This record gives sequence, structure tokens and C-alpha cells, in this order.
Amino acid sequence: MNKKKRFEWYGIIRVAASILISLIIAAIIIFAVAEDPLTALNKFLLGPFSTKRNFFNVIETMIPLVFCGLAINVMHKSGLFSMVADSSFYFAGVMAATIAIACPMPNIVHQIVILAAAMAVGGVIGIIPVLIKKRTGANELVISLMMNYIFFNLGYWLIRKFFLDTSNGSFSIGFQPTASLGKMLKGTNTHFGLIIMIVVVILMWILMDKSKFGRELQITGSNENFARYAGIKIGRVVLGSQLIGGMLAGLGGGVEMIGMYKKFQWITAQTYVWDGILINLLAGTRPLMIPVSAFFISYIRIGALVMSRGGDVDSEIVSIIQGIMIMLIASERFLYRLKKNKEEKEALQNQAMEMEAEA
Amino acid sequence: MSFLTNLDFWFTVLRCTTPVLFATMAALIASRSGMLNLGLEGAMTIAALCGVLGSGFTGSLLVGALSGLLAGTVFTMLLAYFVQHLKANKVVSGVALNLAASGGSVFCLYSITGDKNASNSLASSAFPAFDIPVLQNIPGLGDILSGHNCLTYVAFIVTILIFIVLNKTSFGIHIRAVGESEEAARSVGINVEKVRYQAMFISGLLASCGGMYLSMGYVNRFTSGMVAGRGYIALATNAMAAGNALMGMVSSILYGFGSGISIYLQNNNVDPYLITIIPYASIIVFYVLFSFYYKVKRKTEDSL
Amino acid sequence: MAEEILRVEDLTKIYPGGVLANYNINFSVDKGEIHALVGENGAGKSTLMKMLFGIEEITSGKVFLHGQEVHFHSSKDAIAHGIGMVHQHMMLVPSLTVAENLVLGIEQKKGLFLDKKKAIEETEAISKKYNLYVEADKRVRDISIGMKQKLEILKTMYRGAKIIILDEPTAVLAPQETEELFEQLLNLKKEGYTIIFISHKLHEVKYLCDRLTVLKDGRSIGTYKVADVTPEEISRLMVGRDVKLEYDKTEQTFGERVLTVEHLNYTDKFGTKKVDDLNFSLRRGEVLGIAGIEGNGQREAMEILTGNMKAESGSILYKGENLCEKNISENRKLGIAHVPEDRNLNGSAPEMSVRDNLIAASLGRLSKNRILDPKAIEEYCGSCVRDFKVKTASLDISIKSLSGGNIQKAIVAREFTAGADVIVLNQPTRGVDVGAMEFIHKKILEMRDEKKSLILVSADLAELKALSDRIIVFHQGKIAGVLSDVPHVTEEELGLYMLGLKSDPEEILKEA
Repeated sequence: MNKKKRFEWYGIIRVAASILISLIIAAIIIFAVAEDPLTALNKFLLGPFSTKRNFFNVIETMIPLVFCGLAINVMHKSGLFSMVADSSFYFAGVMAATIAIACPMPNIVHQIVILAAAMAVGGVIGIIPVLIKKRTGANELVISLMMNYIFFNLGYWLIRKFFLDTSNGSFSIGFQPTASLGKMLKGTNTHFGLIIMIVVVILMWILMDKSKFGRELQITGSNENFARYAGIKIGRVVLGSQLIGGMLAGLGGGVEMIGMYKKFQWITAQTYVWDGILINLLAGTRPLMIPVSAFFISYIRIGALVMSRGGDVDSEIVSIIQGIMIMLIASERFLYRLKKNKEEKEALQNQAMEMEAEA
Repeated sequence: MSFLTNLDFWFTVLRCTTPVLFATMAALIASRSGMLNLGLEGAMTIAALCGVLGSGFTGSLLVGALSGLLAGTVFTMLLAYFVQHLKANKVVSGVALNLAASGGSVFCLYSITGDKNASNSLASSAFPAFDIPVLQNIPGLGDILSGHNCLTYVAFIVTILIFIVLNKTSFGIHIRAVGESEEAARSVGINVEKVRYQAMFISGLLASCGGMYLSMGYVNRFTSGMVAGRGYIALATNAMAAGNALMGMVSSILYGFGSGISIYLQNNNVDPYLITIIPYASIIVFYVLFSFYYKVKRKTEDSL
Repeated sequence: MAEEILRVEDLTKIYPGGVLANYNINFSVDKGEIHALVGENGAGKSTLMKMLFGIEEITSGKVFLHGQEVHFHSSKDAIAHGIGMVHQHMMLVPSLTVAENLVLGIEQKKGLFLDKKKAIEETEAISKKYNLYVEADKRVRDISIGMKQKLEILKTMYRGAKIIILDEPTAVLAPQETEELFEQLLNLKKEGYTIIFISHKLHEVKYLCDRLTVLKDGRSIGTYKVADVTPEEISRLMVGRDVKLEYDKTEQTFGERVLTVEHLNYTDKFGTKKVDDLNFSLRRGEVLGIAGIEGNGQREAMEILTGNMKAESGSILYKGENLCEKNISENRKLGIAHVPEDRNLNGSAPEMSVRDNLIAASLGRLSKNRILDPKAIEEYCGSCVRDFKVKTASLDISIKSLSGGNIQKAIVAREFTAGADVIVLNQPTRGVDVGAMEFIHKKILEMRDEKKSLILVSADLAELKALSDRIIVFHQGKIAGVLSDVPHVTEEELGLYMLGLKSDPEEILKEA
């Protein structure tokens, strides 16, 4: 039992240290840039708690982050580094908006159809890179990055072509009133997508941690040779992971579209999937921890937004914080010395034990 | 199809090729040494920004150029340090640095100029364009090849230089050794880490040139998101180059061609968003075809 | 007069991750001798040499050259002191030419440019001097393996090596190339060079070397004059234990053929025919031992049998199916289990928990409606750990932190309890401590009692003799001998079959 606890602590210390260091650097930047650094810092750290609206902004922003974090979690567990979830998310949003605008349906049915379509679209897009890789050997990272640019432009073009609100020039015309996820709390924008998110988190937890598929996926990602020798059908497992990831991102896009908006407003590419990488890392790639790390990222995003309303510190400081955090966590040698000495001592102890046994 | 005979079109092709050619060479020299430089997008972005800031505040092109070079190169060396010394995952750290650079550049832009979108308030400099004597008078060819920004000529010259360096100099041979067989290099006493840092240094310089061309070449301002994925496109063009700088030039020109077509179509009232797809789509198609060809080639070699 | 040129004292190496590769090694080499370093795969020979050559950091211990203590921080240091190494896996740059590879790192330049003409001249000169023929302007990826090796040797001499370390040089050579190499090595010895020859091929050691040092499980066992020991004695030191392997096997008769290999063929990507019209069968309830020098087709035959590789032609009949048409997961479902040769590469997922490694082959069985059944899993793992005496602090820790013997026991536990009828074991007790080895042997015999059929591929001849009911010997992709009277088989006789010096007539081979 001791060994397990020790190594888990090691992981937690590294994550905590990364967060601390990046926040300190952020604080330094704030002090350099802001006219009134202490107020700015205060707004950044406590802003989300300052009003009810701000706090629930955190919850609302958290929802797509969780979907995308879960998508990255399952897609990268296979060992593939595909970023196609970005395309899935955006284009599913486009599909959701299309059905929301053009297909009148009764309440509840409308939302279900929209979300189902969003999931389907996301899933189909999600498997494209892995299929191409299988047939041609092309790298999934490069393919998925190119796809992201293509699907954003294609998606937005479609909206502009068919549903453009000419009085506004950028956004689409309005959704049918039934294409909405309602409001859970008065005075906030928090919608019932939150419930969907919670359900999905639990389902993914069961899938990844407790199901046969999840275990096969983990083993495949850990040592593909061994997975093959053990009889795991790695082709199917990897394809499945990309399909599920794409569906999650698609669902996230659909939920966000009809949950938060009354018309299509995504005139730039959405970046939730990129946050998903950090969210996944902070969560130690465990599905149940993803809402926690998503909350954290959402919190600092909103905090930065509140701070930026003060005028002098731009909210993009969050990207810098995130970049630093990822770099530190992704560096094996960060705080490695804590682990190295222990490993060497243990190896010598094991040797001594075995030599005694043989004597 | 008339655009194929239009000289302006081919001029545009070369113009569009330039930043991607720089990025491809940056990717090439890094990958030849065994390093995957995923941070090209970020390096280009901050070089583009710092070049504008440097020249905007001092009025000097030279200062701008040096700032841009410094920024992009330091950025790239930071990535190299994290990957080599702290053993960070190559892909994740590249992505992280790009994230930091894209947001960080907007942050800096806002903090310094008060504008989140473009550096319009700054009177930044641009690299000059040159007419090549003699060449400019040749009908047809002269219109296509002469009159480009000096960085365009630099890009093509650099490509040839890299080809020569990798094949004929001992430095280049060391880089190839380190990239193809790290153990072989180590066993003859080559300092693998040092060679990789040197390759990444050059990679950073080249990426910076690519970024600066965007903000100090054809136009002279920085716009957020102006690199538009060229740093990632370079990964595809580099893969198609398969280690050969001259092939890298060909694949970059393919991109330039796609870009040129999209610009041409823009002038003909096709929706800009649809057009933007063309360069990316064409790169995917070329990349996939190339990968397939390469896969088949390797299979037949193995079975021989 | 024997003059010591190199000595190593209490040398220890621990890799990051806690793997102990060498432990308190003591070893010395005299000037002008050809000194063999022998041991099984995984005994630590390569690691020791890498430390001597400066490629790996020494964890603790001392190295003495010409009586002076030396510290090598890189191979540059080792080279500067006159040590050269020819590696097991070629250390050449494929896209560069022979000449460029020869001068790599110490090229002569014309300004910034490599002086290619000079490089070619130097290559041709040194090639002539030592009678090791190489083509200077060909790219390394286009030359033969034999030439690559000559190039490697020339590289060391070009850099002034007086002590040359060769790591398993004949592993990749054809017989004629091996003869050539030995001639050249004996020439070099005449010219005063000292050679350290790493090998596990005892007949070569006998032919070529003056003295030998034995390594086992990362430790040095002793140094002997080659003339004073027989190959069997060396083998026992390398691989055997002080414990005599004698087990009480229950009497059995074997009749029914449960698995039949017919006319199996396989050619590898270099064009070598690795499996050549192979025919043998496995009888129910027997332990079929497979002996053979590494590289004679056993590995490929087993990979095809278990479904990891595809045969060129031929069939393997089992339960009415042809295994050659099936993949691994179908094979497992039919009842074939496999304890692979390399436990870290193929036999386990080192970073994952002991629990995950144990259940990996039984995920379907341990699930209800695709959801893993935690109770069934705990029961299963508990019984594995108990019945196979896997020493582990908990089921949650990474399997890589267990000792080699315990990892192997866990793998054996997994495969023996996967509900298989045929179990293939490939070097199951390599790198495993005595206690674990005996235990695994007992378990093999238990399986036999339960009428399971086992195939045991092993380099440990004593192990084969103690466990097998029949032994077949592989030589160049075919069966060279079938030995049914195992208790009376001598290791010498097995050696003769393995070396291709003896083979059985058709009538006996038909009964394989």
C-alpha cells in the first residue's frame, strides 16, 4: 500500500507545483502591466465570486470544457494525438444551429433530435483522421489540424449561405424557440445542459474505468505490442476511442449551441478543445476529475475576464498561464529528483532481498 | 483557367510560398536532427509581433528585424530546452507553447497598443522589395521573378543553402547522423544535445523570418491570428519533403499554388470563407497522397 | 607474460526506473588476448560494455586502464583512451556513405565543407591495411551486413583503438562471413590488439578465445581459461543453477495429436528462409521441448503458431481449424496461450498495474455485459497471486517495480489460468531467480498433469531435459532431431543437433 500512495502523491505534488508556478508568473505579469495591480489580482482571484452572475458564468463555461476534456481524454488514451475534436465541436454546432433554425419540431423532440444529430456528426468527423492514417500512414496530428481549419471555414460558410441575418451581417437568424435547453436558475444563463454534462461524466467514468472497452483502451495505449499479444483487437479499440471522442465533442458543441445561444454566433473558431488538453492533464487523465479541473480552468478564465473589464490586463493572460502549466506537467524531469533517489534505493533493496533468499 | 497564364497569378504564388517555405525549412532542419519542432506556429507569431513592435517604437527596420529574430529564436530554444533537458513530450509542449504564444501575443499587443486586433497604431517598418536587374527585363519570367520582397529571395536562397549544408558540410552530416542514428553519433563522440540545440537555433531563425515576412513584408502590421496555421502546414510540407530541402521547396510551392488560387477566386466574388479552405484542403490531399505513395514504396522495399 | 590491460572493480549499474542491470562486477583482461564475455540474453553483458565505452553512466565501482583509474563521461573519452566498440545493433548512419561513416566526428574539412575525396582515400587505405574490404562511396543502407560489420571494425581502428570490444558480432552473419571475421580477429591478435568478444555461442568462444568471463543475472560468476572448460560446463555456469533439476514426473502415455504443423514456410524481409518446410506435432498432455541456437526459426514458428505473424505457406491444424488463417484473439479463443520471450516488450504493460496485467487476457471472461466485474477480478487476481506466489506489495502498483522473477510468475499465472489447452512458453525462466524458476517448473508439470499440452522453447538445456517428454531440435528452419528418450539424452548430443553436426533420418523425423 505504501508504494501506491507515494507515487500518487508525486503526481499531485507536480500538478500543484505547476499551478502554483504559473499563477506566480501570472501575478508578476499583472504587476508589470496593471495600473492598480492589487485590484487586478483581486478581481482575477475572487472575481468569480463577486456576483451571482459571475459565479454561474463559471458553471456555464465549464460545460463545454468538460465535454471537450472528456473527448480528449478518450481520444488520447489510445496513443493517437488527434486534435480533430475541434472540428467535431464546431461542425456539430453548425448542424445543431441548422436543425434549430430550419426544422420546426415539438418541444423536447426538437432538442433530442438536435443533440443526437450533433453527436452523430461529431462522431463521423472524429474517425476521419484515424481512417486516413490506417490506409495511408499519414500522421493524425497533421490531418486533424488541417481539418480544423477546413471545418471551421466550411461550417461558417454554410451558416452564412443559408441562414445569414442580413441586418447584422455576421450572425445567423434566430433559432426556433423550442431549440433551447432552458434556464435552470433565474438570473443566470445556466441551462439544463448541465444535467446532460453530469450524466455524460458518469457514463464516461463507467466506460473508461469500469468497462472492458476502457481497460482494453488503456492497455493498448500503454503497450500496443502487449495488447496485441493479449488478444485485444487494437484496430477496433482505437477506432472506437476516436468515434466516442468525436461524439463527445459533437454533443458538447450541440449542447453549447442550443444551451447558450439563440442564434449562431461563432464567427471565430472555438478553442475549448485546446483547453481540453490541459484539463485532461490536470485531471491525471481520470474522467471523474475532469469536472474538477474544468471548473478550475473555467474559474481562471472568468476571473481573467472580470479582471480585463477593469481595462488594463487583457484576458488572454489565461493562455500564458495554461501554456506554462502544460509545459511543466508534461516535463518528466520536473521534480524528477524526488522520484529518482527512491527508485535507486528500492532497486538495491530488492537485489539484497533476493540475494538473501538464494543464500 | 485563364489564371494559369496570368503572370500576376504566378507572382502571387511565389509571394504566398515564402512564409511557408521558411517554416518548412525550419521544420526540416529540426526534424533532420531528430527534433519535432511543433512550436513553429508560435515562433512565427511572436516573431511577427516583436518585429512590428521593435520597428514601430524605434522607427528602424534593423531593430525590428533583430527583435523578431530574437523573439522567435528564444521561443524555439525554450521548446528545445524543455524537450531535451526536462524530457517534455514533444507534441504536448509544442502545442502548449503555441497556445501561450497565440494568447500571449494578443495580450502584449493589447497591453502595449490598447488594440486587441491589429497594430494599426504603430508605424512599423517593412522589408523592402527588390527589382532584379536584367531579370526584370525578361518578358514573362521577369514579371514573375523580379520585384519580390527581399525575404522571398532570402527564402529560396536559404533553401538551397540548407540543401548544400546537409549534404556537403560536416555540420550537416552531424545533424543527419544525430537525426538518423543517435547512437551512432554518440558512439563517435558527437555531442547529440549540442547539435540538436544548434539545429533548433537555425530552425528558430528561419521560423522568425517566416513570421516577419507576414507582418513586415507585403503588409506592415501585425494582426492577431495572422499566421493562420502556416506553422502546422509546414509539418505537412516537411513530411512531403522527406528530408530533402529541394522537395520541401516543391511542396511549399504546392501550398503557394493553392493559396494563389484562393486569392484569385476572392477577386471573383466567391465567398471568402469557402475560399480559405482551398490551401488547407489541397495540402491534406497532397499529404495523404504522398503518405500513401511512401507507404506502398516501403512495403515493396521490405518484401524484396 | 600476461599483462593486465583493463580491470573492472565492483561495477554496478542501475537504470532510471530502478532496473538493476549490473551488480558488483569484477573482471580483468590481459593485453593481446581474445577474452570472451559470456552469458544469456539479459545477463548484463551489453550494459557492462556500454559502461566501459562511456555510453552509459556508471552507478558505482571503478575502471582501471593500464593500472590507472579512469572515468569516461562519453564515448569520446573511451575512444581517446584506445577503446573501441563494435555494437550488436549497427551504429551507422544509413543515408551517409561508407567513407562518411568512417570519418564521422573526425572529418577532415576543406573550409566548411567535408573533404569527401580525403575521406574516400583514408577509407580505402585502412581497408587495405587490415584486409577488411569495404566500398567507400556506397551508402550504408545499400551494403550488406557483413560489410557493415567490417566498417564498424574499421571505425574503431581508424580512431586508434587498441582494445576492441565486439558485441555479439556473429548474430547477424552467415557462416562464411563468420569464418572471415574470425580470420581477421586472429590476425589482429597477432598484431597486438586486445579483443573482448561478447557472445552466447559457446562453440565460437571455444574456437576463438583465450579466456572467458561468465555473467549471470547481472553478476560476474568467474573467469576461466577456455582450454580448461567444456562448453557444457560453461553453459551450466551461464544458465544453470547449483540446484539440480530433478522432478518427479507422473507416468503418461501420449497418443492423440492435438496440434499439427505441416509444411510451414516463412521468409523474412531480408530474404532468409527462417522456417523451411517445418513439420511436427504436439501430443495431448505432453511437454514438447524445443531446442536450438537462437535464430534457427523457433521464434518465427512460435509467432506464427500463436497468431502474431503470418506464414508464407503451410498449415497448423488445431481443433479442426487452421491456425494460419487466424489472428491472435481468435487463437486465444480456441485455447492457445503464450508466455512470450520478452516480458517487457510483449509480455506485459510495464507501466500498468499488476492487476491490469493479470486480467489482460481474460477481460471478456471477467466481465458481465461488457462491464468489468470487480468481485470476479479480485477473486481471480487473488488466486493468481496466491497460487503462483507472486510477491507484490499490492495489486495496484506498476508491474515494472516487481522483480523479474515475480513479473514472470505473474505472466505465467495469467497465461496458465486463461483456460487454454495449449500453452507456448518462450524462455520462461530467463533472468529469473532460482526460487521462481523452480516454482514455474512445478506449475508446468501441474498443467501437464491436467492433460494440457505445452510447448517449451528454451536455451536452458537442463530445463528442457528436466521438463520435456520429447525434445525437437531446430536447425536452419527445420527439425534436425527428435529425441524421445529424454532422460538419457546428453547435453553434448543436443549440442551436436543444434550445431547441425548431426541430424536424424527421415523415419524418425516423420514422427516429430
